[in-house]
Amino acid sequence: MSTIEFFLAGTLSAATIFLLAALGELVAEKSGVLNLGVEGMMAVSAAVGFVVTYETGNHLLGFAIAGVSGVIVSLVFAVITISFLANQVASGLAVGILGLGLSALIGNNHESLTIASTNGIAIPFFSDLPLIGPVLFQQNIVVYLTFALALCIGFTFKHTRLGLAIRSTGENPHAAQALGFPVFLIRYCCVAFGGLLAGFAGAYASTIYTPLWADGMIAGRGWIAVALVVFGTWKTGRIAFGALLFGMVSLGELIAQSMGARIPSQLLSSLPYIVTIIVLAIISTNAARMRLHAPFSLGEVFDGSESR
Amino acid sequence: MSNTPTTPLLSLRNITKQYPTVIANDQINLDVMPSSIHAILGENGAGKSTLMKLAYGLIEADAGEIYWQGNSVSIRNTAAARKLGIGMVFQHFSLFETLSVVENISLTMPGSREQLSKQIIELGDHYQLNVNPAASVHSLSVGERQRVEIIRCLMQDLKLLILDEPTSVLPPQHILSLFDALRKLRDNGVAILYISHKLEEIRELCDTATVLRAGKVTGSVNPNEKTAKELATLMIGHDVPSVTGRDQQRTSEKPLLKLSSVSVEAQDPFGTSLSDINLDVHGGEIVGIAGVSGNGQQELSKVISGELLSKLLAPNAINMINQPAAHLGAADRRRLGFSFVPEERLGRGAVPPMPLSKNALLTAFEKGMLKKGFLKKKAIASYTQKCINDFDVRCGGPDSTASSLSGGNLQKYIVGRELMLTPKLLFVAQPTWGVDIGAATAIRQRLLDLREAGVAVLIISEELEELFEITDRMYVINGGALSPSLTTSALTPNDIGEYMIGNQQELRETGGNHAV
Repeated sequence: MSTIEFFLAGTLSAATIFLLAALGELVAEKSGVLNLGVEGMMAVSAAVGFVVTYETGNHLLGFAIAGVSGVIVSLVFAVITISFLANQVASGLAVGILGLGLSALIGNNHESLTIASTNGIAIPFFSDLPLIGPVLFQQNIVVYLTFALALCIGFTFKHTRLGLAIRSTGENPHAAQALGFPVFLIRYCCVAFGGLLAGFAGAYASTIYTPLWADGMIAGRGWIAVALVVFGTWKTGRIAFGALLFGMVSLGELIAQSMGARIPSQLLSSLPYIVTIIVLAIISTNAARMRLHAPFSLGEVFDGSESR
Repeated sequence: MSNTPTTPLLSLRNITKQYPTVIANDQINLDVMPSSIHAILGENGAGKSTLMKLAYGLIEADAGEIYWQGNSVSIRNTAAARKLGIGMVFQHFSLFETLSVVENISLTMPGSREQLSKQIIELGDHYQLNVNPAASVHSLSVGERQRVEIIRCLMQDLKLLILDEPTSVLPPQHILSLFDALRKLRDNGVAILYISHKLEEIRELCDTATVLRAGKVTGSVNPNEKTAKELATLMIGHDVPSVTGRDQQRTSEKPLLKLSSVSVEAQDPFGTSLSDINLDVHGGEIVGIAGVSGNGQQELSKVISGELLSKLLAPNAINMINQPAAHLGAADRRRLGFSFVPEERLGRGAVPPMPLSKNALLTAFEKGMLKKGFLKKKAIASYTQKCINDFDVRCGGPDSTASSLSGGNLQKYIVGRELMLTPKLLFVAQPTWGVDIGAATAIRQRLLDLREAGVAVLIISEELEELFEITDRMYVINGGALSPSLTTSALTPNDIGEYMIGNQQELRETGGNHAV
């Protein structure tokens, strides 16, 4: 594999982690719930996914249980914010920190262990094409499914009644309730879906992308996923583009080293975070676009009262 | 309508709903006949909206029974109400701005978007409620949004349509076409519950009127046989108070507020940009700004109050009390002798969870309430108490929170707080919005008194009657642009309506002599 092929294929793979988590957060935010615990949910499921896969040797089982653990953590958050009407920002941070602590506990006995990596699925004929073959057609199945999922979610929001119900819940929960939508149920389901995808993202990171467990291995990717939703102004296509961009930037360190560039590695590894800050600052200056696509009631506590 | 005895479509029996501090509905009985337009008349706070929410399943009654076509039913939620054939159009619409018309409708209706679009167009043609199904809701006028709400109700098998203050947002011309549509609906067998406090409308449109006062039914009458005065007496329990003021001449040679060619780009994509606004207000006169809401009133009020500063404006584009003021912030403008009562009482005019005394501090802090930055509690309390006494604010005292007051009482308090600052220029947005007749009359009288004292008063109002009652001149705002200055005594509501819907050209040709 040439450097450029390695770079492009790695970009797709790294982007998958960002995209999975960001899609989950997108769905939760579209329903009006800002869940800042993504980092913690990812960490817990990364640990759970790694431990299960290590002990059973079954990647699928590891993935499934990691997803369930993501859902459980997200439901803790949902109960606090949706049923007990707590502030979403504070609760999200608290659950996130709880998740980071839990992940260290769960992974304690498996620190620095590794598992066998999985092979990509080589699609006949296409995978033999020069350059694009290795990049596009020899990836892990999770990569394909994630990008397919992005298309599905985009379609659902735009063209289905379910998508409209979620959007209207995020836009104006009072009006949605007046129309007879089960606002609380919709929000619970959306937050849980976000937990599921964050769980998959964590499992992908610890069992496929870098098949080893080290405490703190999520390393801020959950935060970048949250930022990506804003970066993509709540549109799936732009979020996918952003995920690829960040996937590429996060590989910068490896590439620069392989090419022998004399840039301090600390600077390179902090690049994704610096880029996040710059991009968010630029995007946020366009207030009009933010207002058009941001769920209007995002982060607001809804107590089920009928009046506004 | 007719004298033939039929089963009422909807009967409420001894309906009672209690809130922690007030009985909103007390033993209400109500019969709605099929094919009739039935008015629910009452002041703000009389319990009209609570009763309608009960009928639509948004809240549940504490006691009492509901009968639908003679059968006892319980309406637990809005889905159950819609299943019976009940539809409701809210005062503040329940449409989603980022969705298109057909998307909004498909939220509650089965069927593909193509089918629904076709139905929307057919119903629109039949009832003259035309609206483009593909349009985004945020691009629609308030009147068009109301049509969408009505069409949404019509698309189900509708037997009873509940309308909450439907004309409060419409220009006069559109009110007539709404009435035509409602009459057509009635003739097609739909019963309509029409909530309003506008007496003339009810006399013109409705077959029956049930009058509510303080949660109780005070009468069921045929509104055509009663005068507006009799209806008002039923509604408020005593004779209608009226305001008095004599014709007043301007007392200042130069205007105390002058806007010259003010154009400001809207910050919110759903907002309205202001274009080339010219406006002046002299001492000793009341100037009104009429218009359908959403035509730039909010933006204009923020530009005048100083909440929205545009760097593109020359300092002299806004001249306030003979000072260039376009570059001054809200606090600096207040220091010049300007006072402002915003339209949102809770949140902009007052801090809801804070006591009235702390709310007094918000704008009156320079009235001896501070000593080297520390609060002087006695001074604050006495200022608050004086405001409560002088302006007849019904509340539990200076320590009661702003959110615990009724809309009318809070408005009296906020207006009082601003008047006690003895402004030279007063700007009030929607002075009597959601305020009962007694309080509204008191507030209008205060404004007239101020005019006599030589203060320049500017008000923005959607209530045309109010503008005709107290203003000397008016401007009409439409699409972010202001009409020429119009003399109130030479105007009819229809002239204003023409400006509201943008037929100025026509008006200039036929009746341009109204312009000053």
